[in-house]
Amino acid sequence: MTLNDFQYSNIIHRCFRCGYCKFPVDWTDVNNCPPYARFRMESYSCGGRLWLTRAWLNEQINWSEHLAEILYSCTTCKNCEIKCPLRFNVDIVNMVVSARAEMVEAGKVPKAVKDFLQNIELYGNPYGASRTNRIAWTKGIEIDRYNGHEYLLYIGCAGSYDIRAQKSSKALAQILLKAGVSFGVLGDEETCDGNETHNLGEKGLFELLANKNIKTFNKMGVSKIITLSPHAFNAFKNYYPSYGGNFNVFHYTHILNSLLKTGRIKFSDSFHKKTVFHDPCFLGRWNGEYETPREILRVIPDIELMEMEKNRSGALCCGGGSGNFQMDLLGGSESSPARRRIREAYEMGAQIIAVSCPKCLIMLEDAIKAEGMDDKLSVMDISEIVAKACNI
Amino acid sequence: MDSIYNALCDIVDKEYCSNLPEEIYIYSYDLGTAEPKKPDYVVSPRTVEEIQKIVLLARDKNIPLVPLGGGLSLAGLAIPQKGGIVIDLKRMDSIIEVNERARYAVIECGVSQGQLISYLKKHHPNLTHSEPGAPPAATVAGNIIIHGQGDLAHPYGFSSDMVLGLEVVLPSGDIIRIGSCALGSGWFTIHPLPDIGLFLGWCGTTGIITKLSIKLFPAKKIRGTGTFVVEDEELIPEIIYKITHTQIPEDIIVYSRAIPPFAKGLHHITVNLAADSEKELEFKQELIWDDTLGEYIKNDLGGYLGFTKELERPQISKTSDYKKGGGFEYVGGIMPIDTYPQCYIRGREISEKHDIPYTVTARIIGLAHSMMFAWTYAFNRADEETIKKAREALYETDELVIELGGVIWKPGIYGQRLVMDRLHPGTKNLMKKIKTIIDPLGIMNPGNWELL
Repeated sequence: MTLNDFQYSNIIHRCFRCGYCKFPVDWTDVNNCPPYARFRMESYSCGGRLWLTRAWLNEQINWSEHLAEILYSCTTCKNCEIKCPLRFNVDIVNMVVSARAEMVEAGKVPKAVKDFLQNIELYGNPYGASRTNRIAWTKGIEIDRYNGHEYLLYIGCAGSYDIRAQKSSKALAQILLKAGVSFGVLGDEETCDGNETHNLGEKGLFELLANKNIKTFNKMGVSKIITLSPHAFNAFKNYYPSYGGNFNVFHYTHILNSLLKTGRIKFSDSFHKKTVFHDPCFLGRWNGEYETPREILRVIPDIELMEMEKNRSGALCCGGGSGNFQMDLLGGSESSPARRRIREAYEMGAQIIAVSCPKCLIMLEDAIKAEGMDDKLSVMDISEIVAKACNI
Repeated sequence: MDSIYNALCDIVDKEYCSNLPEEIYIYSYDLGTAEPKKPDYVVSPRTVEEIQKIVLLARDKNIPLVPLGGGLSLAGLAIPQKGGIVIDLKRMDSIIEVNERARYAVIECGVSQGQLISYLKKHHPNLTHSEPGAPPAATVAGNIIIHGQGDLAHPYGFSSDMVLGLEVVLPSGDIIRIGSCALGSGWFTIHPLPDIGLFLGWCGTTGIITKLSIKLFPAKKIRGTGTFVVEDEELIPEIIYKITHTQIPEDIIVYSRAIPPFAKGLHHITVNLAADSEKELEFKQELIWDDTLGEYIKNDLGGYLGFTKELERPQISKTSDYKKGGGFEYVGGIMPIDTYPQCYIRGREISEKHDIPYTVTARIIGLAHSMMFAWTYAFNRADEETIKKAREALYETDELVIELGGVIWKPGIYGQRLVMDRLHPGTKNLMKKIKTIIDPLGIMNPGNWELL
């Protein structure tokens, strides 16, 4: 592979490395690029990554584990694309993903990435957990297997296997049941949506996953999909159509908002907590959806909803994107983005950080523990808040 | 085992030290046309004490030490010309104090322009600082150390004129303070103690500035920009003289560009005005556009293009994309105002000779005491030929600045040599003595201002 063969060879040199990409919308600090916030070396900035990619493809530097870690530490949160003032900004993340694809092609990825991808190939999830355990989150509630229901509820890997995220999956299913929504799940037939696989540059495996899921959905006659995770929402909405998978895809907050507006779910309990909403990258910057989760939170009885300083397109990523909720290339430090985010919420007096993504839920929950703030701050998925306010 | 690397890891957390090819590569480059030079180590300290220990290590091992702020000088001033340790100061990013009533801020050396703008807007909306219009990742200290100029340069001068106190780690490892802070008082004035002007303009060759106090200024409720355009460059010095006589604007910039084509050959004079009320703004607008510039409009010599409220941050990085090439560099000359026509004509000639669309900009400093005239040359980072052409144009422009009686601002190595060749012998000798006393081993950013 040479630079000339690189898909973005005609634009990768256009990064000036001016550093706009490090900032949130209001210039508060230079910590809105998750890897740069974590490591604070220019090599980990967005510009650094592009310059190093070019140097690698140009044979000015050799591949190394460190180079690969720099590339894979990017969470593909798209803060850089929002902030970069240059016209090629829409392709910044594409360049990173393409560079990763070159590394995959060459069989040169960090061990954590290799394990992540291998587990998905072997088990259909990045945790290396048994397929039969995929349904464990439904324990205690009766949920139909999908069989011509109006909606397929696609839970995804994190919501199925992670103990913390399972609670949000359960809360969501219980709300939908209570509202009388016609939905079913795939159970142990569900497999990874592939969003992370795609962004890690493993296009072959992504194709397999996409084709498999599309085939399953089509075979079962699925036309409408509700996703727990914004990552799955993104994959189904933006990646699957090129593989022939055309479905009506909803993030669960779209459905909850609609159920609230039509009175199909009603609150019965108060939720008197100072609450902030943490925007997930794959709902916000990737898909432009900032308001629906807020609309839900605003009508929760007695909630004291506050805005984080870094919000909407300027939100700080939790650091979990591109598989880092499992690979954790950005963990292990008080500079980790999730821990920074927790401190930001705490400093403004929040008691609850509301999320609408199982990856954010996992990352921020761990960060609260690492910061020793268990008794001061909690993270809750919007599904859990709504369930609580509905006394479910 | 690399003992220096290990020693650095003992001083600063291992995660903030590197001798790996990736960091060596990134820190060997500037964003401009300067040739890369590899450092041996990169380190990013968080405290003054860590910096002090790194300096002592460099002194003991006789290793070059290159302080780096935002790395946006574009003149290659933080390229490690002789290897050694690049000390990335951006983790030193605390805003220590803002004194609202005395209008000053004490900050660490890694605070970025963006960070200070945002902080003041949120916490001290009545205050502002002279903001240079560089990318927001540029550090406040970096701009001051190179004698930069910001959007209050017209009323208040160079950014370095706004310094009220400094803390510096010397090449000996000693920490010193300059100004009232040296007495343990507040950081409110640099005068009237004996002048120790050893650190500004020296490009980190005499020490590492770790903290600084800077003047803040009233932030008016309404700020905006009006633009006046003329075709005849010969009119500019006279117009600037008249506008500055009013002592009304916050900032005055003149620019001319080849792109877009319709604007080629025209000179746009942008005037920033600020006011606390519409009435005040109206009065100021009348004074500038009607009373001062009205005669040029009446005589068909110029046109008023209107006034836009809200200052937009200039996005200077866009200049790098003129050739879809990701690069530009400029020569800044601190020039007498009456050289504007020659600066423009000769600069345009240089650009055209090297097949680069011309871009010239002048920012007025003080009451037209001087201007920073910038000749900008875009290049394509993927095309070595365009880099070469831009570099040649830059060298020719350095020479032009000297020829026209100006002083090269933040000169790169080539420009520094031109300046040193022409320095008054007494001045040169004193600079040599200062450097010998303060940095006898020559470890601080060697290759820059090398007089010995």
